[in-house]
Amino acid sequence: MLDIEKIRADFPILERQVHKKTLAYLDNGATTLKPNQVVGEIEKHYKEECSNIHRGIHWLSERATEAYEASREKVQKLINAESTDNIVFTSGTTAGINLVVQSYGRSELNAGDEVIISAMEHHSNIVPWQMLREEKGIVIKVVPVLEDGSLDMESFYNLISEKTKFISIMYVSNVLGTINPMQEICDKANELGVPVLVDAAQAIAHMPVDVQKLNCTFMVFSAHKMYGPTGVGVLYGKAEYLEKMPPVNGGGDMILSVSFDKTVYNVAPYKFEAGTPNIAGVIGLGAAVDYLQSFNWQEVEAREEELIAYAHEKLEKIPGLKIIGTAKNKSGAVSFTMKDIHPHDIGTIVDRSGVAIRTGHHCAQPLMESFGIVATARASFAIYNTKEEVDQLAKALEKVQEIFA
Amino acid sequence: MKNQLYQQTVLKHNRDPRNYGVIEDCSHHAEGFNPLCGDEVKVYMQVEDDLVKAIQFTGKGCAVSQASASIMTTALIGKSLDEAMAQFDEFMKMASGEKQDPQGEIAAFAGISQFPSRVKCAVLSWQTFNAALKAVDNTISTE
Repeated sequence: MLDIEKIRADFPILERQVHKKTLAYLDNGATTLKPNQVVGEIEKHYKEECSNIHRGIHWLSERATEAYEASREKVQKLINAESTDNIVFTSGTTAGINLVVQSYGRSELNAGDEVIISAMEHHSNIVPWQMLREEKGIVIKVVPVLEDGSLDMESFYNLISEKTKFISIMYVSNVLGTINPMQEICDKANELGVPVLVDAAQAIAHMPVDVQKLNCTFMVFSAHKMYGPTGVGVLYGKAEYLEKMPPVNGGGDMILSVSFDKTVYNVAPYKFEAGTPNIAGVIGLGAAVDYLQSFNWQEVEAREEELIAYAHEKLEKIPGLKIIGTAKNKSGAVSFTMKDIHPHDIGTIVDRSGVAIRTGHHCAQPLMESFGIVATARASFAIYNTKEEVDQLAKALEKVQEIFA
Repeated sequence: MKNQLYQQTVLKHNRDPRNYGVIEDCSHHAEGFNPLCGDEVKVYMQVEDDLVKAIQFTGKGCAVSQASASIMTTALIGKSLDEAMAQFDEFMKMASGEKQDPQGEIAAFAGISQFPSRVKCAVLSWQTFNAALKAVDNTISTE
């Protein structure tokens, strides 16, 4: 069993008072809080081992390089990648997708080639493809979302043709909480022989993820949504792809030799990590992986499922409240609207009760449009959340209703 | 819970906005947007002899943005342009946390600077009014 009291003690920020109320942090889809174990490792790097990596031959640099590369190994194990060479450090999920689009997309996709994304994608999995469309004339095909917030898989199969050259879909929706049938999508991509990118930003802290089992070509995620620091993320890529893909950023650390006549690039993953990386961030990510791995996945999933079910139960009782996203398989998030009360007004009022939720379009404006709404309020959960915090939210929402009655 | 932002005045104007609608062929017009929130306010004014003869708005968004627009129209109608600009200045100062002594229903926003993430909702209509009057840039954004 998870010891929630002990887990909460790892996150001293949970003790904070907000507007003289106990904080209920239900905005984990935006970013999770960071445990002492992560903050401590980052601090240790700066206080005791601060140095650049991969080039110094002095003792400190060796220590920093070791810690940095140890994180690569930890990430490799977390997602069961073939080797550490498949793990590219980026600045986050957005950077990972942009890297794939700017490197693979620019060099391999041509006018008329079709890229399949979905209507529930975050702007970070829409806009980079639109930029490539501007440049190369690719065609973006969008899998619609059904009323319950699940992917319309029938349309997915109908959209596939010989023109399909790439599939890029999120694992878990940041708005709806829907867990998409990623194995099925990856299987289809492999059957077609086209690359598939899995945006695992909202999955990575909530369920075990296995890139070899999924057999995906690429996977991206961010450290800060899995109890790690902001400004660092991961791109996993299959070796045969990473090897052929051209680098996007040129500079130090991504080369083997440089002369004015000819520069020889380093191998993957290093050729994608030009310049001094976010060393402390990567070390913090390694600590976050350790933290996640200290729990049993089954218990984490069971705990979070229980919280989501409880949130559904409590929120559904509030008259006028409508939950957006009721797919059978859900993780992480519960989005809702309250008749004509604008979500920003909901957000401000519950904030005064100490409850932190996200309100707005959640960087998914096309999804909002497909539901005919402009915004939602969203409660999103992590391992340290409690039913009492859900109660605190429900009580605050009753206050919203009183005010707008 | 005493919530200084959602007072009766604000809730009333949100529910039942005053001077709501388009003025066809008006002398001044501008549109304002909060791209992050999706708030929208369009201001229509008929200015004659340096007087705000008529002012109306249309829009959609949160209670704060829509109530602020409604209250603004009631405050500005019939005012001279000098008086209207003085009100604009006062509201902007109030929104930035400077102590002011607003008269009438505008006082409902006296505490708005205590809600930093909502200031842009409250000032949207006033900035749109200012843009309409100056006719420099007819689409403004508070971001």
